[in-house]
Amino acid sequence: MTTQTAPQVSAQVSNQVPVQAPALQPPSAMLAELTYRCPLACPYCSNPLQMGGRETEMPTEAWQDIFTQAAALGVLHVHMSGGEPASRRDLRELVAHCAGLGLYTNLITSGVGLTKASFAELAAAGLDHVQLSIQDAEAKSADWIGGYEGGFAKKLEVASWVAEEGLPLTINAVIHRANVARAADMVDFAVRLGARRIEIAHTQYYGWALHNRAHLMPTREQSEKAYAEVEERRIRYKGQIVIDHVAPDYHAKFPKACMSGWGRMSMNVTPQGKVLPCHAAETIPGLEFWNAREKSLAEIWASSPGFNAYRGDDWMQEPCRSCERKAVDFGGCRCQAMALVGDAAACDPICSKSPRHNLIAEIAARDSAEEVAGFTPRRIERAREKSPV
Amino acid sequence: MTVEELAPESRPHLLRGVKLKNDQVRKTWVLLAPERYLRLNAISVDILQRCDGDAALSTIVDDLAEKYSADRTLIERDVRSLLNSLLEKRMLGL
Ligand code: SF4
Ligand code: SF4
Repeated sequence: MTTQTAPQVSAQVSNQVPVQAPALQPPSAMLAELTYRCPLACPYCSNPLQMGGRETEMPTEAWQDIFTQAAALGVLHVHMSGGEPASRRDLRELVAHCAGLGLYTNLITSGVGLTKASFAELAAAGLDHVQLSIQDAEAKSADWIGGYEGGFAKKLEVASWVAEEGLPLTINAVIHRANVARAADMVDFAVRLGARRIEIAHTQYYGWALHNRAHLMPTREQSEKAYAEVEERRIRYKGQIVIDHVAPDYHAKFPKACMSGWGRMSMNVTPQGKVLPCHAAETIPGLEFWNAREKSLAEIWASSPGFNAYRGDDWMQEPCRSCERKAVDFGGCRCQAMALVGDAAACDPICSKSPRHNLIAEIAARDSAEEVAGFTPRRIERAREKSPV
Repeated sequence: MTVEELAPESRPHLLRGVKLKNDQVRKTWVLLAPERYLRLNAISVDILQRCDGDAALSTIVDDLAEKYSADRTLIERDVRSLLNSLLEKRMLGL
C-alpha cells in the first residue's frame, strides 16, 4: 500500500454538541487491501513480507458484500488500497458499489496501471478522492526507489487527469534516507500538481520497511532538518495545501496514537478477507483474527478476539496504565512494542517513559546513516538485493 | 495562487470530494472530506446546506438571521468562523 499514515479517522469536533460515547463505537474507516499485486517495489512498503498472489484474492461479490456490511455498520470512508488497487480488473465495479452505498470512496494508488479512460470511468462511477504516491521529487531517484522505470512520468499524467476530473488529490510521500534531502521539495511539487493535501510521513518501520530499516533510516540531523523544512511550508502554503506530517518515530519523545487506538475507529481487510485492526497486526503472535468470508463484519468488529485484545486500557502495563497521556496515544503502537521489545502489551519503546527507551537510540545509532545502498525491493516472490543508482 | 477570502458577495460551495451526509448509524449529520469527517451540529448543517454556489454570503446570513430570529452580527460571526475553518482545510470554494 502506498500510505504510511494510518487512515486518519480523528473525528474533529468543531463547535458541536458532544456525542454520547457508547461502549463500542462504530468503525468509521475501512482500509480495503484489494490485492497485494503491485508493479512497484518500494522498499518501505507496509505490506507483509509474505503475500498471497492473485489466486488467493477474494472475488468481486465477496468485496461487495463486505462493503455493504461496512456501510450498515457505520463505516464512512472506504480506502481502496493494496498493493496497487488498479491491478484489479473489477476496480470500477467496486467503486460504483461503494458510491451507491453512500460510502466515501478513496483510491490509494501508485498511478501505475491506470489509463486516462479507466480513470475517467472510476470518476464517473463515483470515486470521491485520489491519493497518489510519489517516491521522490525528481524522476531518476523516484523511479529507482520504486523500482519502476517511467513511474514518475506516469504519476504526473495521473495527477493531470485527477485535476481534469476536478477530483481532490492528495499526494502521499514517504521519507527515508534516499529522499530525505528533498522532503520539502515534495511539498512544493505537490502544490504544483494541484494537490489539496499532502501526507508526508517519515518511514514507520513495519513490513518491508522494518526488513529494510538499516538501509532506510536517515540520521537524526537529516530527519530534523527535513522535518523543520516541511513545517515551514505549512505557513507558506496556508489555505493552499493541507500538510499532514508524520514525524520520525525513532527520533520522537512520545509515540504516535497508532490507528487512533487499536480497534477503535478503523479496520483493515486483507485481499483474502481477514479483518485486522491495522496492517501489521498479524505480526503479533497468538492473536486470533476472523475472516469476513466466514463471519459477519458486525460480529468481527464486536467480538473478534484480535480486536478485543488491546481495546480500552485493561491490558496496559506501567508506565502507561497510570499515565495521563494514555487517552491521547493509547500507549503507542502494539506492533512496534512487539517488534522491538517482544511484548505487544508493553509501552511502545518510542516513548521516553518506556523502561526500554534506550533501545531506540541504540537502533537509531546502529541503523541510521547517510549512505544509500542495498535495500531489498518489495516483491510478492522472494527478494533480491538491490544495488544503488 | 492566492488564498481566497470571504466577502459578502462570495458564493461559497463545498468543493468536489466534500459531502454532507445524514449518518443513520451515528444519528448525526457529518461532513465527509478526504481522510476526515466532522460531526456537525444543527446550525452548521443549516449553514452548509445553503452553501450551494449560488447564494451569496450576505444572503445566507440574512436567511439564517431570519430563521433563528437572531442578531445578524452574531450569525455572521458563526457563519464566517465555520466557513473560514473549511477554507483553511481546503474543503470550500468561493
Ligand atoms: S510497493 Fe510501493 S506502490 Fe506498491 S503497494 Fe507497496 S508502497 Fe505502494
Ligand atoms: S507511558 Fe504509555 S501512555 Fe504514557 S506517553 Fe508513554 S506510551 Fe503514552
